Amino acid sequence: MIALDNIHVVFGRGTPLEKKALSGVSLTIKEGAFTTVIGSNGAGKSTLLGVLAGDVIPTEGSVRIGDADVTRLPTAARAGRVARVFQDPLAGSCGALSIEENLALAHKRGGRRGLKLALGHSRRKLFRERIAELDLGLENRMTDRMAMLSGGQRQAVSLVMAMMAGCDVLLLDEHTAALDPGMAEFVMKLTEKIVGAKKLTTLMVTHSMRQALDYGDRTIMLHGGEIVLDVEGNNRRNLDVEDLIDMFRRVRGQTLDDDELLIAE
Amino acid sequence: MSQIALWGAVELGLVYAFVALGVYLAFRVLDFPDLTVDGTFPLGAAVTAVLIMAGANPWLAAAVAMLAGALAGLVTATLNVRFKILNLLASILTMIALFSVNLRVMGRPNVALLSVDTMLTPFYGHGLRDFMVRPMFLFVLAIVALVVVWRYLESDAGLAMRATGANARMARAQGINTDRQIYLGIALSNALVALGGALFAQTNGFADVTSGVGTIVVGLAAVIIGETLFGTRRILIALIGCVVGSILYRIAIQLALSSDSLGLQASDLNLVTAVLVTFALVLPRLKRGVLSS
Ligand SMILES: Nc1ncnc2c1ncn2[C@@H]1O[C@H](COP(=O)(O)OP(=O)(O)O)[C@@H](O)[C@H]1O
Ligand SMILES: [Mg+2]
Repeated sequence: MIALDNIHVVFGRGTPLEKKALSGVSLTIKEGAFTTVIGSNGAGKSTLLGVLAGDVIPTEGSVRIGDADVTRLPTAARAGRVARVFQDPLAGSCGALSIEENLALAHKRGGRRGLKLALGHSRRKLFRERIAELDLGLENRMTDRMAMLSGGQRQAVSLVMAMMAGCDVLLLDEHTAALDPGMAEFVMKLTEKIVGAKKLTTLMVTHSMRQALDYGDRTIMLHGGEIVLDVEGNNRRNLDVEDLIDMFRRVRGQTLDDDELLIAE
Repeated sequence: MSQIALWGAVELGLVYAFVALGVYLAFRVLDFPDLTVDGTFPLGAAVTAVLIMAGANPWLAAAVAMLAGALAGLVTATLNVRFKILNLLASILTMIALFSVNLRVMGRPNVALLSVDTMLTPFYGHGLRDFMVRPMFLFVLAIVALVVVWRYLESDAGLAMRATGANARMARAQGINTDRQIYLGIALSNALVALGGALFAQTNGFADVTSGVGTIVVGLAAVIIGETLFGTRRILIALIGCVVGSILYRIAIQLALSSDSLGLQASDLNLVTAVLVTFALVLPRLKRGVLSS
């Protein structure tokens, strides 16, 4: 379970560039729920995920993940609870290290790292099996540097990495946005398979209204640092993309600009 | 070049192999340009010389020198991590401070290790000439250091350090305390450099505050020569490259200085070093340029 209570985030407080990124966000997400997050550019979606991951410490409010209050815990100290895939394929892995070394890093996420060989025989075998499941042929390139993979391959490996160690929540921040359509589709299918199989509590930010409704079982919309829409169950099943845009207009009492980057399909 | 001069070059190369391993840890593994080493090398020499002159066991003296080096590294890391001073500047501050510290440690600009036992004493006089014993002894120690560093970097803990230098944000997302990795890595790096200084004092029979000038450039030269010849892909190969690079660098310097046609003298050493390092830095670029054109 995840519980955000009255979260406020202000960047650059007291400076001329002061920016309220989140204003009083409260959100409870049930164990095993898959929630999609939409909203225009600058709405606060990444900040929301940052608050959960520990990259952003809220100015006010509290954060609970699982059974622990993690409000003030730095990223590294809560990494055992949080698995993530970033939007930028370069951000979530080490380009200078090999595929198997990246997996070894992920294997120990949040755990103690001792003097044991990072790539012993049994681990190599395990990593190879996991990568083989992707069906991308990468199992024959385990010692290649991560930097040699395409963006899509890198995101696929990042998903495998996210699953190497246990977690209380999986955070996906537009993890298919930087990919070509074919690869984006592949990574989304993979995401669905993994999340479904492991019943993971998941938050997925997406720019696509279509994706937001097609995947998961709950959708929230952020605008100006507030949750302006929160639908699940039958309400959500009966929604289509047009309704979503209408609801957004109604809630905000304004029209959507084309450049708000909400993509219908 | 005479046979003695060659052995001497190899000996000095092996002393600086420890510096190269330390520089590799800071510059390559952690991506932390650490100039502390210009102060840590003479610090290691000073601590070991003073302790030996005071009657301490020479192995213990070297160990304490390593500890002193690690402490100096911790100062640099603290300035950077805790007080957010730019890494390069943080290391320069410590380096400058160490110049005074080293003078305090020795009480004068240099200390001679005359008629005292060193780590090498037990190995002299078993049939081999002294100028051969020293590089052999250093070679064994360098291999030990190389294997320890290699095994560490291949462990889970070592991988955490490599991730910290390669992608700190990703490392933190994996639960790695990157601040702690910087403390640890820079301490380890400077401990190795100080060990180099301690061995320099024990093989040359003196410690001198000015012996640190340019340590970083020599260390980098060794690392770069190694990378150019051996590549960077595998850790073990890169580490062997550091040691071999350090030896080759000394032989190249020795050749340059002893060649009559070049007309160089010992005081030209720094100029020759700078030219050599520049050449080693530009060479990979030139190679790529030739291939692509
Ligand atoms: N580190 C930061 N410093 C200052 N402002 C920031 C920072 N991160 C985000 N912001 C601002 O906070 C707002 C929300 O950003 P973000 O959460 O990244 O939006 P989204 O992911 O929904 O596009 C934006 O106006 C953005 O400019
Ligand atoms: Mg964003």
